[in-house]
Amino acid sequence: MSRPLLDVQNLRVSFPTPHGRVEVVKGISFTVGRERLGIVGESGSGKSMTGRSVLKLIRAPGRVTADRLDFDGIDILSRSEKQMRAIRGARISMVMQDPKFSLNPVITVGDQIAEALKFHTRLPGSEIRARVLSMLEAVRINDPGRVAGLYPHEVSGGMGQRIMIAMMLIPEPDLLIADEPTSALDVSVQAQVLDIIDDLIRSKGMGLMLISHDLNLVARYCDRIVVMNAGEIVETCVASELHNATHPYTRGLLAAMPTIDESREELPVLDRASWGGT
Amino acid sequence: MSAITLKDLAISYGDTQITEGVSLEIAEGESFALVGESGSGKTTVLRAIAGLAPEWTGSISVFDTPRSHGIDNAVVRTCQMVFQDPYGSIHPRKTIDATLAEPLAIHGIGDRGNRVEAMLEAVGLDRRFRFRYPHQLSGGQRQRVAIARALMLEPRILLLDEPTSALDVSIQAEILNLLKRLRREQNLTYLMVTHNLPVVSFMCDRLAVMRHGRIVETATVEMLKTGAFKDPYSRELFAASGGPTPVLAS
Repeated sequence: MSRPLLDVQNLRVSFPTPHGRVEVVKGISFTVGRERLGIVGESGSGKSMTGRSVLKLIRAPGRVTADRLDFDGIDILSRSEKQMRAIRGARISMVMQDPKFSLNPVITVGDQIAEALKFHTRLPGSEIRARVLSMLEAVRINDPGRVAGLYPHEVSGGMGQRIMIAMMLIPEPDLLIADEPTSALDVSVQAQVLDIIDDLIRSKGMGLMLISHDLNLVARYCDRIVVMNAGEIVETCVASELHNATHPYTRGLLAAMPTIDESREELPVLDRASWGGT
Repeated sequence: MSAITLKDLAISYGDTQITEGVSLEIAEGESFALVGESGSGKTTVLRAIAGLAPEWTGSISVFDTPRSHGIDNAVVRTCQMVFQDPYGSIHPRKTIDATLAEPLAIHGIGDRGNRVEAMLEAVGLDRRFRFRYPHQLSGGQRQRVAIARALMLEPRILLLDEPTSALDVSIQAEILNLLKRLRREQNLTYLMVTHNLPVVSFMCDRLAVMRHGRIVETATVEMLKTGAFKDPYSRELFAASGGPTPVLAS
């Protein structure tokens, strides 16, 4: 593998407040190849902002700067909005957290999935319909013909999220950014949805950026893990080595999670003073 | 003595029946969990016990006294509920002091100032938070307020509806520790709804798995730790929660 799919150097995101600009991402650097990278952190750690800045989705007055923000040799920061439209969806796509709020309520599921294809390709209608149905099948939806004609309020949360995934993967992007793709779902459905993402990513050889607050989940589905706290990367490690993490913040997070065969009388609480964080 | 007894409970919202034939017996001082996927009716059971879902048949007894269908003052004194979302369950335009003093005012209990201060201390909030508004507090602090509000009437039972699912793991650990300590100090009985099995393993003594409005299995926490479930759905839930490969009871 020659160069990484995504190369980020010294990324900074800031927003103005009455007390001056506040940096929510403070100079982070990482690369994503055709692999599965997990970004974990608590609320406010800047993990979602990192994902959004890759797609240039942060609007003024928010400000994004970086020494380098290259996607497959394309400098994202210098692209115009119009040029970005050719990248968004077609080359990089994003699965959002909650299907209830990210699907258009007045367009049928089938039409929404087809939209990306219609925009980025010039295929005949019958071909598009066939692709939509086979994509719905790929995300394990039984009876895709019926589901394609439904409106988002007629499907369950788990199905909605699978529809989102179908919508994001149908233009066959190179990089998928999944921002908490399963936190609105039940545990039993979570595993199904992640297995589907995992299957499709592997079979198409795509890159995945999985953003989540759940360390165990990320450790199960990713190759490498980046741990963020207060806008900075505190640790990068191979997923299988997560339990050997050295940074006190990562260790604290790991220890604070109860396990299924819990025997501790009390859970250790993060002592935020110990590593100088906020 | 059993704290909560449910017999053949069938709860409806209008024409839709939510649960069917739910029977449970929770002993005093026990910590019991209801687990299951969304829509399985676990929260509805809590709402019925709290008097928020009045359309039910069967029987609900709290400390061996059958409960009526509506809001019942005697039950309110012994049985309080903590809701899932700390951002939505506290009145945004009332100070923490007013929120905590309100149950006392409703039930005509005096010495409110001292009780509010004592309760803030019990849930680990500094007294400077007393005259603040909810939006000035973090999620973990708000959940502490919600727990404090539930405890103001010195109930013996707490109904906990996913008390930590809206919180980060490190804050979740703090709240779970708090709940565990309060239970020990005040000899409370917990009935907790959650879909997080590791939390059950940490907090509870027994659990019931619900699906489609019915209880499919009741198990002890020891069975949870080894994954020794009998029902296929419970096993599926266990596997999905990242449990070790279950040791099947052959």
